[in-house]
Amino acid sequence: MKRLKLGALAAIAIGAGVAAHAAETGITVAMQLEPPHLDPTSAAAGAIDSVLYANVFEGLTRFAADGSVVPGLAKSWDISEDGLTYTFTLQEGVTFHDGSSFDAEDVKFSLDRARAEDSTNAQKALFEAIDTVEAVDPATVRITLGQPNGALLFNLAWGDAVIVAPESIEGIKSSPVGTGAFKFANWVQGDRIELERNAEYWGEAPALETATFRFISDPTAAFASVMAEDVDAFVGFPAPENLPQFEADPRFQVIVGSTEGETILAMNNKQPPFDNPLVREAVAHAIDRQAIIDGAMFGLGTPIGTHFAPHNPDYVDLVDLSGFDPDRSRELLEEAGLAEGFTTTLKLPPPSYARRGGEIIAAQLREVGIQTEISNLEWAQWLEEVFRGKNFGLTIVSHTEPMDIGIYARPDYYFQYGKPEFVAIMDKLNAETDPEARSALLKDAQRMIAEDHVNGYLFQLAFPTVANARIEGLWQNQPTQATDLTGVRWTE
Amino acid sequence: MLTYLLKRLTSLVISLLVASLVIFLVVEVAPGDPASFMLGLNAQPDTVAALRSELGLDMPKHARYLGWLSGMVSGDFGMSYTYRTPVAQMISDRLWVSLPLALMALALSTLIAFPAGLFAAARRGSAGDMGVMGATQLGVAIPNFWFAMMLVLVFAINLRWFSAGGFPGWEDPLLALKALTLPAIALALPQAAILTRVMRSALLDILGEDFMRTARAKGLSARQAIWRHGLRNALIPVLTIIGLQFSFLLAGAIIIEQVFFLPGLGRLVFQAITQRDLIVVESVVMLLVFAVIVVNFAVDLAYAVVDPRLRSRR
Repeated sequence: MKRLKLGALAAIAIGAGVAAHAAETGITVAMQLEPPHLDPTSAAAGAIDSVLYANVFEGLTRFAADGSVVPGLAKSWDISEDGLTYTFTLQEGVTFHDGSSFDAEDVKFSLDRARAEDSTNAQKALFEAIDTVEAVDPATVRITLGQPNGALLFNLAWGDAVIVAPESIEGIKSSPVGTGAFKFANWVQGDRIELERNAEYWGEAPALETATFRFISDPTAAFASVMAEDVDAFVGFPAPENLPQFEADPRFQVIVGSTEGETILAMNNKQPPFDNPLVREAVAHAIDRQAIIDGAMFGLGTPIGTHFAPHNPDYVDLVDLSGFDPDRSRELLEEAGLAEGFTTTLKLPPPSYARRGGEIIAAQLREVGIQTEISNLEWAQWLEEVFRGKNFGLTIVSHTEPMDIGIYARPDYYFQYGKPEFVAIMDKLNAETDPEARSALLKDAQRMIAEDHVNGYLFQLAFPTVANARIEGLWQNQPTQATDLTGVRWTE
Repeated sequence: MLTYLLKRLTSLVISLLVASLVIFLVVEVAPGDPASFMLGLNAQPDTVAALRSELGLDMPKHARYLGWLSGMVSGDFGMSYTYRTPVAQMISDRLWVSLPLALMALALSTLIAFPAGLFAAARRGSAGDMGVMGATQLGVAIPNFWFAMMLVLVFAINLRWFSAGGFPGWEDPLLALKALTLPAIALALPQAAILTRVMRSALLDILGEDFMRTARAKGLSARQAIWRHGLRNALIPVLTIIGLQFSFLLAGAIIIEQVFFLPGLGRLVFQAITQRDLIVVESVVMLLVFAVIVVNFAVDLAYAVVDPRLRSRR
């Protein structure tokens, strides 16, 4: 019996052979999360953009690999003196994947749909400043703002602002139709999404003919799939402890980049004792960031001292404002009348930065007399209890949206800061279009939230990619969640 | 006979109804809202409300329950909240992975357990028996996900005979079977170990019976006696275990599906739970309840086949 089983196994193994990657014009890219559906304009799931952004869908502007905003479907633009009117000149000769042509009406349709009353766009706030969108002629779009908005071009580069067509909007969730260099080909739910080169692409043709995205959530399975060369690249590799092994293996390259994910120990600014700035400062000084990065993230991650991405040119290094100093922390607690310490809740969502980081932070807080009751929550529970219900003392979460310091201006946002002086800075920033003045305002904003110790600022989430050593052109950083394959190629 | 069948059917319908109500309530009570999950941290409250009404989540609970129930009766499981595709379609896609996997694992475990159990029972106390029993101890003790990882390490990473996971689809049946081979083995071995032990002890019980002594007395060899009279009588507990195992294999392969990243039913439920895709969770669980009840029914019928006494009692 046993012999028969082994024989059958061997026969199957030989029969199928080793069919790794057939041609050098296809690529298999793995990532952890599968998109829930394929409409980037009606869900927050980063996985949708990770597959489709810049590959299938394009916006008027787009993010380049370095995070700068460059022209996309808009060739160029003029901004009126008062900063209220943006006139975009569109690329010509662009068609959607279903053959219908792209023009100013599609832009109007897409933007009006995103900001409509019944819109389900997860980032509707991006379009708040827009008053009207007009199709002047097929190649010209005029956007009029209610108030000046210095971030408009940046906002239009988001995956939530891509251009879709009224002809194909009906089926967008399962068969997306965009203008990008790759066409959607097939989706085997639970397993993979396949793209193929768009022969009619208006821009430079990509080197790849086909691309397959596979979804492997388990870290051990992720490791096995790369080692067995089932996949050519794994973006956002979930097991950092295995990276040294890949680095040592000549078959692979390891690319560690940065993301827009500020990982913070959020404090409930309206709940005692965290409504006392002294207590918040005490928490901040009790935390040893490097120990968390080493212990929870295996050394991946850049310490931050405020809610801002360190790779951004406007970043101010404020780590020293909340340096690791347990003695200072105890003094501050005493000053706040809590010399005996106190007990609070620490609610942790599923990602490993939170679960592993939470244990380390709990130990560090215990050193200064703060006891935490840890509870592990699923995302849906976390959203309900912490984010919406504001029923928490401490929590750990990574805010992955780019340039999201504005959340501190929302008094009802879950950590409940919304200090009027800060709101004033944000209002000024939104109306300011001069780059230098904007930069100064952004720096002020960073300083204010760091000095107020609104949250414990831990580290910028890293983005490790493991890929076949012969692949080039993958993004190192994640200025937005994307796997831009237009510049990816195989080398010898 | 007919009244008996009617009775069974009524109780079947009632248990399905009760199950559906329990499932619906349990899933609805769990905290978390699918719409806010979909829209993330930056969504505005009116956007969440718009999505909730698009999904029909703003309807009262009893209306949603009745809608779900009446849809299911006509084979319409509704639309998934997150994927926005018909749930029935999703389930049937996933069944094409989970069902063959469960069947393969069941076949494998039976093919291993029957001969092994027979062998051990026939040679009770011998070195061979000890060997088989030792192996089953090991098989029961080893967690199947660890065993799965070892299989991947040896056959996918080192020997490169198999891919580490994934499922290519049934266009090429050979490739599909190949993709299911390692997961099926990982699932089958612990089950085979349990089944072997049940098989052995059932046979040993039977061997002590008078009719076995009679069989030997009328001149059958020990092997012939087991084969003709012992096996058939030992099958009842074995069938019970097989029935239980099949339900477990169908639904309980979640971890193995994660290790081999297979798009099966277990993984669908797992994803649906984290995304609060309530309607998918409810429908899949309901389907599994249905499957368990049907399998139990089938096992009951099989009892009657192997044991004529049960037939006449009805």
